[in-house]
Amino acid sequence: MTSLSLKDVCKSYGEIEVLRDINLEIEQGELIVFVGPSGCGKSTLLRMIAGLEKITGGTLEIDDVVVNDVPPAQRGIAMVFQSYALYPHMTVYDNMAFALKLARKSKEEIDEAVKNAAETLQLTEYLDRLPKALSGGQRQRVAIGRSIVRDPKVFLFDEPLSNLDAALRVATRIEIAQLKESMPESTMVYVTHDQVEAMTLASRIVVLHGGNVEQFGAPLDLYERPANTFVAQFIGSPAMNLIEAKVTATGDTTSVKMADGGHADVPIASVDGDVGGTFKLGVRPEDLTVTESDDYLVSAHVDMVEALGETTVLYFRSQNGEPGLVAKLPGIHRIAKGTNIRLNSVPEKLHLFDGDGRSLLYR
Amino acid sequence: MFSNNPALYGLTVIIIGVGGCLGYFFLSNLFLDKVLFPASGPNAGRNINRANMIRPWLFLFPALFALVLYLAYPVFETLRLSLTDRDQGGAFVGLANYRQMMDEPKFWEAVQNNMLWLIVVPAISTAFGLLVAQLTDRIRWGNLAKSLIFMPMAISFVGASVIFKLIYDTRPEDQNQIGILNAIWLKLDGGIGSILMLQVLPSILLVGFVVIVASVAWSFVRGIIAKGEDKSVWLLPLRLLVAGGALWLIWVSISSLLGLWIGGLPYGEAQTWLTIPLWNNFFLMVVLIWIQTGFAMVILSAALRGIPEETVEAAIIDGANPFQIFFKIKVPQIMGTIVVVWTTITLTVLKVFDIVFAMTNGQWETQVLANYMYDKLFRANDWGIGSASAIVIMLLVTPILVWNVYNARKEMK
Amino acid sequence: MASIAGKKSALTWAVHISVALLVLLWLFPTIGLFVSSFRTADQISSSGWWAALFPAEQNEVYRAADPDDNRVADGDMFVVKGNIFEGDPRDIRSWGVSSRNVSAYQPGDTAEMKDGESVTLQADGSYVWRGNDKQLSGRGQRIFITATVPPEFTLGNYTTILFSGSGQDNMAKAFFNTLTVTIPATIIPIVVAAFAAYALAWMEFPGRALLIAAVVGFLVVPLQLALIPLLRLHLGIGIGKGYLGVWLAHTAFGMPLAVYLLRNYMVGLPRDIIENAKVDGATDFQIFTRIILPLSFPALASFAIFQFLWTWNDLLVAKVFLIDATGSTTVMTNQIVELLGTRGGNWEILATAAFVSIAVPLAVFFAMQRYLVRGLLAGSVK
Repeated sequence: MTSLSLKDVCKSYGEIEVLRDINLEIEQGELIVFVGPSGCGKSTLLRMIAGLEKITGGTLEIDDVVVNDVPPAQRGIAMVFQSYALYPHMTVYDNMAFALKLARKSKEEIDEAVKNAAETLQLTEYLDRLPKALSGGQRQRVAIGRSIVRDPKVFLFDEPLSNLDAALRVATRIEIAQLKESMPESTMVYVTHDQVEAMTLASRIVVLHGGNVEQFGAPLDLYERPANTFVAQFIGSPAMNLIEAKVTATGDTTSVKMADGGHADVPIASVDGDVGGTFKLGVRPEDLTVTESDDYLVSAHVDMVEALGETTVLYFRSQNGEPGLVAKLPGIHRIAKGTNIRLNSVPEKLHLFDGDGRSLLYR
Repeated sequence: MFSNNPALYGLTVIIIGVGGCLGYFFLSNLFLDKVLFPASGPNAGRNINRANMIRPWLFLFPALFALVLYLAYPVFETLRLSLTDRDQGGAFVGLANYRQMMDEPKFWEAVQNNMLWLIVVPAISTAFGLLVAQLTDRIRWGNLAKSLIFMPMAISFVGASVIFKLIYDTRPEDQNQIGILNAIWLKLDGGIGSILMLQVLPSILLVGFVVIVASVAWSFVRGIIAKGEDKSVWLLPLRLLVAGGALWLIWVSISSLLGLWIGGLPYGEAQTWLTIPLWNNFFLMVVLIWIQTGFAMVILSAALRGIPEETVEAAIIDGANPFQIFFKIKVPQIMGTIVVVWTTITLTVLKVFDIVFAMTNGQWETQVLANYMYDKLFRANDWGIGSASAIVIMLLVTPILVWNVYNARKEMK
Repeated sequence: MASIAGKKSALTWAVHISVALLVLLWLFPTIGLFVSSFRTADQISSSGWWAALFPAEQNEVYRAADPDDNRVADGDMFVVKGNIFEGDPRDIRSWGVSSRNVSAYQPGDTAEMKDGESVTLQADGSYVWRGNDKQLSGRGQRIFITATVPPEFTLGNYTTILFSGSGQDNMAKAFFNTLTVTIPATIIPIVVAAFAAYALAWMEFPGRALLIAAVVGFLVVPLQLALIPLLRLHLGIGIGKGYLGVWLAHTAFGMPLAVYLLRNYMVGLPRDIIENAKVDGATDFQIFTRIILPLSFPALASFAIFQFLWTWNDLLVAKVFLIDATGSTTVMTNQIVELLGTRGGNWEILATAAFVSIAVPLAVFFAMQRYLVRGLLAGSVK
């Protein structure tokens, strides 16, 4: 059953268009993550779903009802803000009860809902405290509790972990994953700029860039089959290497040749017209291996070596001068800065993007 | 019916006023949401949007009403009144009121005194405020000291006038002087100490003042002569204005410098301070300086606290002494705040009424515009000239008004 | 800075001393008024208030008892005995019998005058005046004494000003009038301005930026411009001169600062909190009353103090809009100005009246200084 549906949704401030024709169908029980660089419009999109920003074009449906003009409180959503937005002058209990009080629920009903949520989030002993007497993690849980209490159709999370320190962020991320598991029926939309959060939490990820949806799919889909160079470079760390490549042969397997003498036969289909075209060959740093043979992908000049023990990261340029390439080799490799080496990869792990940066897989 | 019991009357008004306000806001919102544009039915979405377009105006209405009726309308009405004559049944008389006002020496006396106030009070208050703010910044009892210097802010101009009238009080020769100023004055006998205190020290201050005024004026005038400066048209009158004002100030300073040495001081005679022309203006200004210094200090103290500690520490390592740190590191960083303090005190000075009214009522050449206006309005009953002088005050305020609005808009963007 | 190596302590001392001097200079005027309000009229006019803090030497004149009634024959002379103090003793330093030399003798000495006439004065004030029939007639001999008087203070002035004084000397009515003006004029603008400030801070509507700019402009419009048009208006619509007029005037005149101060504060509240309340289902009215108002308390307090001080200390608005010919609604500032005119030399009355009027603002000032400072910092246009 579709829980949330966006059809051609647009947002513009006067002349400035920040979101263009967003189309998303989100099923009940999914945890969707909006991810993208800052300024991509992901928070705006979330706020439009919440009703905090007007939708300037298209329709937004929650449970098959158009809600474009419905005020936030009546959309059946709950939102957890980046800053938690706890009411500083109310106790934890009152913070959680506020929405229910406004909805004129009975005292017993409110009490039960708040107590249950507090139980789930281990907040029972803090119910009488003011937010300022809580730690960052506890405040975060109150913010989540406040949304649980309302029993919404859709939970909205706006970068909820970005105000926490690194250790707490990991712990809270796991808590949110567990919370989701305990509420399989509820739909969640989660905004973050952190791809680790996106990859670990999401059932599906929406990658946004410049007001457009670049790709919408399951986390590993995005990693293995990125739709374009943007997604390819955004997902995965360090980012995917993109090397300029000339197409020499087409068919079920596409052969490419690089300017530094490297070549590859990529098992991705291409058409006859592609011959002679300049494409981008994509290879993830972790898929590169050192080779001595003449059958190589890149002939590299090593600029810098970071030996982390667990892995060795090489920053290099190709022999014809293409800079900014990275290889991540497992284990310890004693390669000196300034040496020339050759790198290769298995053909199945390679990606090909056409002149417009679109993956050949999705043509 | 309550008028004979003011306390009850006041209480009733509080209840009616506050209750009325809350009731108005609550009921008008309720009316908007439930009756005019109900958030239900087929047009719910459209209705909510419409209600949200109207709601801000519901919230704003009482305040806007008060602002328009009590501040905006009077500006125009005063302008109109200044162009009419009450005795002729409110007939339009053009600039006749202004012309008549310009012919009155009392008006020019008020303008001249106001100029003096405008320069002296903000300058000295800001300087003292800065001094105290800096001195108290690092000492342990600084907050107590600031609190005590800030205290006159709470005292009314009238109360302060009484306080200073006691200081300036004069008794006949054969009695003990109970005003501290005369008591000190009579201790001075024309000896070396008196000359140092009353002639050398003021001379140094005056010469310093002349030098500062001249250098400020020069920095303005230079722009007319120098090449490559911003020569936009509207700056020229400003520069000439500053130059003219500076010349006048220098003239006043030099003539009082001469008077200081030539006149010979009447030692041993109790003085009625508030009747000595020119000087009495300064005795009145002292009252306002006494009050406003605390204000300047509070704001500047906060600004000093806001200066990044690192810049001061860097200067110490660079070998700056405390005075260099203060003038070359701290003051430039809080220049914006100094300007704000200066303009705020300038506004207060322009409206100063109570002090002059209570202490001299404009006699002995101490008239200022605000008191001149009150005089015309309520004693001479001349609404035309009263309004004209109010407009003059408004004109003097206008540059600051424009500047403030300009800054506020810039900040909002 | 104190921890920086090699710092000169002389400079630190100079700072301490100059701050102390400045503070004393600033306090001195107020203390003068304060001390004077506890002195009697005689004390004030005979010595400066600064002398009242220490035992003072004071010259007094007494007369011996009327010789025609009290003289007793003693041989061929007559004697008058008595005590100059009559139950109000002084510590006599020196004394004399002529205004030209008032401290010619010590207590216990005998002053020899012309033709065998003499006066003996003891330290306790008892005297013996001896002379012939002609000398001991007419009026009693004048005795000048120089006495040390301990500091002496009285609450009498306050009793006069607050309770027993009559007419202009009694401030009790003016005190309550001032209170009657001040309290509604402080509370009502807060409510009105708070709603407007919320709209200007958190509601979207066309013309908002323009309105904010207008408020900044109104901040500096001189009160003077409003006087005649509004007085005419008040007289025209029948409000006339009175409390209602002065409340309305103060409410409106305080409005720009109130709106400006409160808007600046409210706009600084976190956006998330307000949006969260919207998601929680609060209407604008509920957001205002349940979230914004409680959170804006510091700004409300700041403005309340400003408005209180300003209305309490105001003279001009009260004179124009409140005080009518009967003067029954006079406020303290006005009454003091009138006292300055009619009782210019009666410092015991003036000082006490002034101190009564500044006592309340001073109490408010010291109790709520924190909010006042905060308001000042927020209120000065940046």
